This record gives sequence, C-alpha cells and structure tokens, in this order.
Amino acid sequence: MTNGSILNLKIFRLSFIYAFFLTMLAIPGLALAQKDTSKAAEQEFDPQAVIMEHIGDSHSWPVIGKTTLPLPVILYTDKGLEFFSSAHLQPEGATYRGNYYTYKIEENKIKAVDAAGKVDEAASARVWDFSISRNVISMIMTMTILLIVFLSVSSAYRKRPGKAPKGLQSFMEPLILFVRDDIALPNLGLKYVKYMPLLLTIFFFILINNLFGMIPFFPGGYNLTGNIAVTATLSVIILLVINLNANKHYWKHIFMPNPWWLFPIMIPVEIVSIFSKPIALMIRLFANITAGHIVILSLISLIFIFHSLAVSPVSIVFVVFMDLIELLVAFLQAYIFTLLSALFIGMATEEHH
Amino acid sequence: MDLVTPNIGLVFWTTICFGILLFILGKYAWKPILKAVADRENSIESALLKADAVREEMARLTTENEALLKQARAERDSILAEATKVKNQIIYDAKEAAQKEGARQIELARLEINNQKAIAIADVKNQVASLSIEIAEKVLRKQFEDSKKQDELVKELLKEVKLS
Repeated sequence: MTNGSILNLKIFRLSFIYAFFLTMLAIPGLALAQKDTSKAAEQEFDPQAVIMEHIGDSHSWPVIGKTTLPLPVILYTDKGLEFFSSAHLQPEGATYRGNYYTYKIEENKIKAVDAAGKVDEAASARVWDFSISRNVISMIMTMTILLIVFLSVSSAYRKRPGKAPKGLQSFMEPLILFVRDDIALPNLGLKYVKYMPLLLTIFFFILINNLFGMIPFFPGGYNLTGNIAVTATLSVIILLVINLNANKHYWKHIFMPNPWWLFPIMIPVEIVSIFSKPIALMIRLFANITAGHIVILSLISLIFIFHSLAVSPVSIVFVVFMDLIELLVAFLQAYIFTLLSALFIGMATEEHH
Repeated sequence: MDLVTPNIGLVFWTTICFGILLFILGKYAWKPILKAVADRENSIESALLKADAVREEMARLTTENEALLKQARAERDSILAEATKVKNQIIYDAKEAAQKEGARQIELARLEINNQKAIAIADVKNQVASLSIEIAEKVLRKQFEDSKKQDELVKELLKEVKLS
C-alpha cells in the first residue's frame, strides 16, 4: 500500500471516526475515575503537581485515567548502553536493576540509585537519558502523520498534474501557498526556493504539534512545542541556517561597523544579536504554548480545588474561550516562528547595493 | 527550573525527527508540490494571457469589421448619391438638348416659312404684273380698234406734254 492511498480508503476514515467517538465516550469515565481516586486516597488536590506533570515530559504514555503505555527507556551510561521498558519503573519509586546501575524515576527523571535505594547523584550525572519519552513518541506520531499527509498530497499533485486541488490536497495547498507567498517571498525575495523546504517543515511541524497538544485526550494532550528542548533545537537549526548562509555584508556589518571608533561597543552588541534572535524564537514559542497549557489546566483545576461541580460551568466557559485563543495561538506561533526565521535568513542573505 | 532545562534526550530525538522530516518531505513532498503549484500557476497565467490576447484580437476584428461595414455603407451612400447626381444631370442634359433641338427646329421652320412666303409673294407679284400687262394690252387693243378714240388719246397725251 502506498502512502498516497492510505487516507483515501473509506475503511480508514470510518475506523478513525469510530476511534474518535470511542475516545469521546471515555472522557466522562476519565473524569469520574480521577475524582474517585482522589476521594478514595483523600489526598489534597495539588494543581501545581498536576500541571507540571502535564507540561513536562514523562516516561510513560498516559492513555486513560491511570492507564499508561510503557515506553522504551534508552540510557547512555559511562559503562554502556541500557535498554529496557519503562514498565519496570512503574509505579513511581519502583527500582529496576539494569546491566550497569539500578534505576528509579524521581520527579520524572531517571536516576541511578545505590544499593540502599538512595539517589546516587554522582552516578546519575554519568547517565544520559535518551529514552523514547512521551514527547518523543508523540513527535514520532506527528512525524508519521506529516509524512503520510504530505506524501499523499504530493502524490495527488503527481497524479493530477495541472488540475485543481481536491480533498486533502485542497486543504493543504492554501497553507503551503500561505508559507510561500506571505512568509518566504516577502522576506527572502527570489532566493526563497532554497529555503522553502525548511520553512514549510518548520511551519507544519510546529503547527501540528501545537494542535495535537490541544487535544485533551490520548494521543494528544502533550506539550512538545512548549518544551524548551524542542524549541531550542529548532532555534539552533535556524541559527545554523542563518549563519551558514549569511553573505559578506552580514559579517561586514558585524565586524566592521561604521565609524571605526564604535568597534568596542558595536562588535559585542552585534555578536549578542547573532544569538539573541534564535533565543527570542526559542523563548517565544516555549512561553506561548506552555502558558496556554498552564492557563487551561489551571481553569480545569478550579473544579477540583473547590471540590464542587457548581464551578464547572464557569470553568468550562473559560476553558472553551481559552481553547479558542489557543487555537489561534497554535496557528499564530507556527506563523511567527516561520516568519521570523524567514526574516532573519532574509536579513543575513540580503544583497546591498 | 526543570521547565527551562533542555533535556538532552529530547534534543537528540527532535534533531533526528526534524532531520528525517526535512529530508523526506523536502525531497518527496515540498519540491514536487511547489513545482506542481508553480507549473499550474504558470499554465493558468499563460492561459489568462492567451485569453486576453484572443479577446483583444476579437475586439480588433470587431472594430475592423465595423469600420469595414461603415466604409461600405459610406461607399454605398456615395455611390447612390453619385448615381442620383448623374441621373439628374442626364435628365437635365436631355431636357436641355431637347429644348435646344426644339428651338432649332422651330427656327428652321420659321426660316422655311419666311422663304416660302417670300417666294410666294414674289410669285404673286409676277403674276399680278403679267396680269396687269395682259389687261393693259387687252385694254389698249380695244382702244386702238376705234380711230376716234386714238385721236382723242393722242390729243390728250399732247395736252399732257404741253402742260409739262
């Protein structure tokens, strides 16, 4: 089966719709289950812990309620590579004896522990965590979706050359043209063709992860684009693209400011500006998405803080409102990140006369 | 603080995922899609340009046709006018010629009449003269038959001479 035909199959759509409604049915159950457990355990509801757990990463993939899917743990230690399932470390506090060290999860981090079960900080520092975490598996999922969608769109173009777009193709084409005509062309000029793959990939990568992050249940509801590691990686890619493609005017502007007596002030300032641009990109995306998640979760948490169903209408109205804003923000941040990337690349490669 | 500390594992996997996406989509999706879109845009643009050119050509042909039609109409009008003028001229000329001819005929007739009249008058005069001579001869013959009367006449004639 080619990638192009997967989305065209009726059975696929049907099963997708079924899956969607089944998941919807599970939501009330989820809410009840959470309430029951909190009452049973008579624990004080801690919104901060819940929110931090959500916007952070974890070593299991939460499906419904307390049900989670175990994920592979990959550890690079000074003695060698460790590979085992995260099920061994569940529930939190459980220890697992690997090939080289004994491990346990503490505050969502895998730590090496000594024989007594105490965290061994010196050994932990030598353990590098390359696990397929919740964010990584979500990213692999969205990557697969992007590949299926755009390869099928691409095959649609190949099959019907010169014809008007149809179906998924007509949904994606305006977005692609938007990136080309409103982001790349105005900022990059005629050189835009070279940077189109990068800009399109960044735009759709951020967009799909923003949108999947907003889905409140499995497999969405993660916080990938609001994770500093992801935004930092994207920003470093942009930093490299800017500086590897920059022309001599760009470097001359940095190292040969006019007039000469401004050298001591201008050169440090310009060097800072090389890094400040990608850092601004990194922080903007991270802060916007994380803040959105925190606000929505806080509003939901109000119901549990007050222990009252009466709060829920207010809470839900605000959450719906915030969701709408977050929907806008999802598009807006994908747009802004791509736009500023294009702008910075354009500034670095601009020809002066 | 945990929130803003990048996790090396996630950085690693993001780089891998993004690299794979960039490579595969760049090669098998973005390039063909952008090329297809650009091709289609070009074809649409050229089709539009062609349509414009055809429209212009049509407009040109229409105006040309109209001009031709107008010219033809004007020509027809001028030909008709010319024909009318020629017709009038011919009628006028014919009338003129007819009048002239008539006048000439009348003149000729009058001359002929005058000639004939003169001839006739001359003839009458001759006949009157010969008749009078004849009459006079007859009278004289009658007179000379009687000698008395001859004498008388001589006397009378002499008297006349005396007087003069």
